[in-house]
Amino acid sequence: MLLISCPNCGSRDETEFHYGGQAHVAYPENPNELNDREWAEFLFYRDNTKGAFAERWLHSTGCRQWFNMLRDTVTYEIQAVYAMGTPRPAAAPPAAESGTASTAPDSTTTGTAGPSIAATSTATGTASPSTTAPEGATK
Amino acid sequence: MAETAAPKTSPETNLSLRTSPAELLSAAFEAGSVPGTVELREITFLTMVGLRVPRDTDAGERIASVTGGLPTTCGAVSGTGDTSVLWLGPEEFLVVAPSEAHESLGGDLIQALREALGDDAGQVVDLSANRTTFELTGPRSRAVLEKGCSLDLHPRWFKTGTALSTEIGHIPVVLWKTGDESYRIFPRASFAEFLGRWLLDAMREYASPEVP
Ligand SMILES: [Zn+2]
Repeated sequence: MLLISCPNCGSRDETEFHYGGQAHVAYPENPNELNDREWAEFLFYRDNTKGAFAERWLHSTGCRQWFNMLRDTVTYEIQAVYAMGTPRPAAAPPAAESGTASTAPDSTTTGTAGPSIAATSTATGTASPSTTAPEGATK
Repeated sequence: MAETAAPKTSPETNLSLRTSPAELLSAAFEAGSVPGTVELREITFLTMVGLRVPRDTDAGERIASVTGGLPTTCGAVSGTGDTSVLWLGPEEFLVVAPSEAHESLGGDLIQALREALGDDAGQVVDLSANRTTFELTGPRSRAVLEKGCSLDLHPRWFKTGTALSTEIGHIPVVLWKTGDESYRIFPRASFAEFLGRWLLDAMREYASPEVP
């Protein structure tokens, strides 16, 4: 059981929260200009990070507010809790040891994906590993 | 008696036509209560109003002047007289007032809140039928709640006069500690029967003599 620190309510059990998936996936600026593949990637394709991962959470049985959280997907260590709409914290602040190592490469990926969605869709679009895997999965 | 010009509804008629969400358990609540140890009853038909308004706006201040303040932090309860305002979120509050405050019983609280909001952005919604109220009292009431609530209910953390949204027996509720040994629990109407039975079950052991 995770003990999650809601920015409004303080520490509460994980059961009071709902997971909202990867954070910083911005809505495309010009959705009409996307082809089906790019649109599908915006809708469905998400990072599968091993290490520090920026994700959205909803305090559903508490204050019903959304917030962002930087969580290590291996150790479950919660490295930062920050407001929706604010950029991902650059590095894991205090308990860094395993955190900084895994954060560095990952934060560059999500960092570029955050502000401009064009970068996201093209980045994921050209990444060949992510294009082959789902096709195989659907067959 | 046979006044044709009488209003279609009167406070008395309105009240007599209502059935509270846990009415079918009222006898069970009485039978299951252990006087002096832990007691459960339903408080029926309290007036509840959902507010959505930022505190630091003109509308927020006008509404605060009707309710006697708006709470500033999680858990805080403000209010004046028998009207209380519970914090639900940064811009969301629940007003709890006696039944008589409702317009169907001649009250004017909701109308006053609507007028205070005016045309500004926000919400004043009559939620009186949304939730019912359970009152759990007695020295064992905390032990009963601790069987199904993940909050730290120890008095050093959960202070008298605070209210928190949480779950009891997996049912989403607002839990308001109204006294050192008394709680008000606000489940939604459709969960009232389940939670009532859950609480009765949790209370049952205290009816038997303690096993040494
Ligand atoms: Zn919260």
